[in-house]
Amino acid sequence: MIERYDSIIVDITCRIMVPFIQLFGMYVIFHGHYSPGGGFQGGVLLASSMILHRLSLGYKESYLKLPPARASVLGTGGMFLFILTALTPIFFGGVFLDYGFLPIPGLEPAELRYYGILIAEIWIGIAVFGCLVVIFDRLTERRLD
Amino acid sequence: MIEHLPALIPISLILFAFIAGILGMMKYRLSRYLAILGAVAAFGLSVTSTIHVLQTGTMSYHFGNWPPPYGIEFVMDTLTCFMVLVITGIGSILLMFPTKPGFMIDEQKSATLYTLVLLFMAGLCGMVMAGDLFNLYVFLEISSLTTFALVSIGGGKASVASFRYLIMASIGGCFYLLGVGFIYFSVGSINMADVFQLLPAVYDSPSVIGGAFLIITGLCLKMALFPFHTWLPDSDTYAPPVVAAFSAAVQIEVPAYVITRLLLNVFSQDFMVTLTPITDIIAWISAAGIIIASILAIAQNNFRRMLAYSSVAQVAYIGLGIGLANPLGIVGGIFHIMAHSLMKGSLFLIAGGLHHHNGIWNIQGFQGLGRRMPWTIGALTIAALGMIGIPPTAGFFSKWYLLLGSIDSGKWVFVAVMLISSLLNAVYFFRIIEKAFTPLNNQAASSDNPRELPGKMLAPILILATGILVAGALNVVIINNLIMPVAEGL
Amino acid sequence: MGDIAFHYSYIMIIILLVIGLYGMLGKRNLIKKIIGLNIFQTAIFLFFIEGGLKDGGTVPVIDPALGTEAAIYFNPLPHVMILTAIVVSVATTGVAMALLLTIYRNYTSLEEDIILERMGK
Repeated sequence: MIERYDSIIVDITCRIMVPFIQLFGMYVIFHGHYSPGGGFQGGVLLASSMILHRLSLGYKESYLKLPPARASVLGTGGMFLFILTALTPIFFGGVFLDYGFLPIPGLEPAELRYYGILIAEIWIGIAVFGCLVVIFDRLTERRLD
Repeated sequence: MIEHLPALIPISLILFAFIAGILGMMKYRLSRYLAILGAVAAFGLSVTSTIHVLQTGTMSYHFGNWPPPYGIEFVMDTLTCFMVLVITGIGSILLMFPTKPGFMIDEQKSATLYTLVLLFMAGLCGMVMAGDLFNLYVFLEISSLTTFALVSIGGGKASVASFRYLIMASIGGCFYLLGVGFIYFSVGSINMADVFQLLPAVYDSPSVIGGAFLIITGLCLKMALFPFHTWLPDSDTYAPPVVAAFSAAVQIEVPAYVITRLLLNVFSQDFMVTLTPITDIIAWISAAGIIIASILAIAQNNFRRMLAYSSVAQVAYIGLGIGLANPLGIVGGIFHIMAHSLMKGSLFLIAGGLHHHNGIWNIQGFQGLGRRMPWTIGALTIAALGMIGIPPTAGFFSKWYLLLGSIDSGKWVFVAVMLISSLLNAVYFFRIIEKAFTPLNNQAASSDNPRELPGKMLAPILILATGILVAGALNVVIINNLIMPVAEGL
Repeated sequence: MGDIAFHYSYIMIIILLVIGLYGMLGKRNLIKKIIGLNIFQTAIFLFFIEGGLKDGGTVPVIDPALGTEAAIYFNPLPHVMILTAIVVSVATTGVAMALLLTIYRNYTSLEEDIILERMGK
């Protein structure tokens, strides 16, 4: 378990930096399909913001913000929703991963593919975020023996 | 829905993996039933696709509707259907073994366990169906990563064995990736059918030859072929019994199938047989591996370690079949995949059941078991007869085809190797059967009577043992319909 | 000789490959083996990206000023393959770290020969 780092400068700075890192992570996810970035890179940035939170503020406060069990559910759930999004076109006439047949009304197939890639990147970003936070928690937990 | 089957088989396994993971965190027993349901559903889908492929020919599936050289493709022909049937069928039978003796883990933690097992099976199915070289790498690494975690459940020694397996398997995967890079930069495409057409123009260039050697070396590392087999005995001895069964029964044979697929459909016979001595090298090191691994198996005292060295020898049989590079040899090698998975699966489950229920770990503990545990020792006898190669079992037919193949190719050394190795197999299996059927002298005085295994443990063992006999009886049907049409292209 | 000096990046890739292999197989400390594995995989990524370069090319995003001819943009396929391979590398390192934790808790040492001795080989 990581104890709280005993310095007020670190405390205030990290509290300010965490939301900005998360904002940058979301920027990288949302711009992944036509500039460098994407689901995996943005997910790593989001996870690094959470790891900074855990390292600087200690486990007592950080586990209230994001309990380890919830991170595990985020990781698994994100992947599950991605598979569901990829399977949806099968029921509407396309093949697996063919975003042109997603059932969003009022868009042409080319635009549907554009937004389909974006939705897939969001789920992958959430999944990577959850998985990396789970890895960090497992590596730093205290064994009760 | 029929035309979506190639994608649905691994995707259904992944879906059930995540559902079992999420629901298993709330109620523990659900994850085991969901895992069995998922594996049986995948088996049903693979039977449906086999029937469809036998009627209408090769199925090809384009992800995202992008045509093949630009997009990802899954291809299912009859050989692929055979492998998917073996993987999902053996997987669903092995999952029926109860959790505590099979995986050495309490039920509270079993939710993530079944997620890993189903992801492992999904990785193997994807590897078998992949239509381009890089997707094969992705699914290869998916199945390897889950195995690292699964093997380390068995305790302290299993973690060291799993770490050694991690180092060697990652080297293998990276060599494969480097080889794919060489081929891609020489030819310009990674789709298997595309490479098959574009490769003959550049056969002589050193980068293609180097790439082919790197790919084959990487796959031999994953397959535990003779000089690279050192990770397998430790991993199979200390891993939980069902994980060892998965590893020895399905996981080491799939890279052997991949080498066959590369021989038939990517590098044609001209490249691998006449231009470079790749198949000759594979045949010779397999022959050495059969003899040396069988001799090492005789020297073992621990039942599981003996089975592990025996697995090394049996995988070398498959390698010999590929190395012969004629239709009968390849038929023998591929049919041996099915025979070996049935036999080794039942043997590892018997070993796990005996260890959990009666504490038997070494071969001395088998003394006098035949009278107390008739069903278990009966299944053990059928599996042992199959490994040696006695007629109605499936093991005999695969060795028969391998013998015919080596006679066909005119290399009498391999015929001699196979006959000597059958004799060596007989040595180390008959000593167990002899110990089991000889009664103890002081039966009344022994206070710890070994009891028969309970029904839940016995059911998968007996299903696999009858499967050995059924596969032997049906071997002509299986070979003529599923394996011969592809092997004749040689 | 001028040809080999022109392809200096491939020489560096080979040097990194050999360093990674030596680290994985020659060193006895388990963490050094993992670092060797990472160096080995990084060398392979460099090889893929090196192969996708073109003389005088630019990033593979269509620029209206330069037109849509394919020869002036870098090949994006190796980059996509390397993204997936990086994910595999990160996952392998994560699993290896978790395995090292279990080994340390059981044997209180991270040197391979001491662990084998304590295992009782």
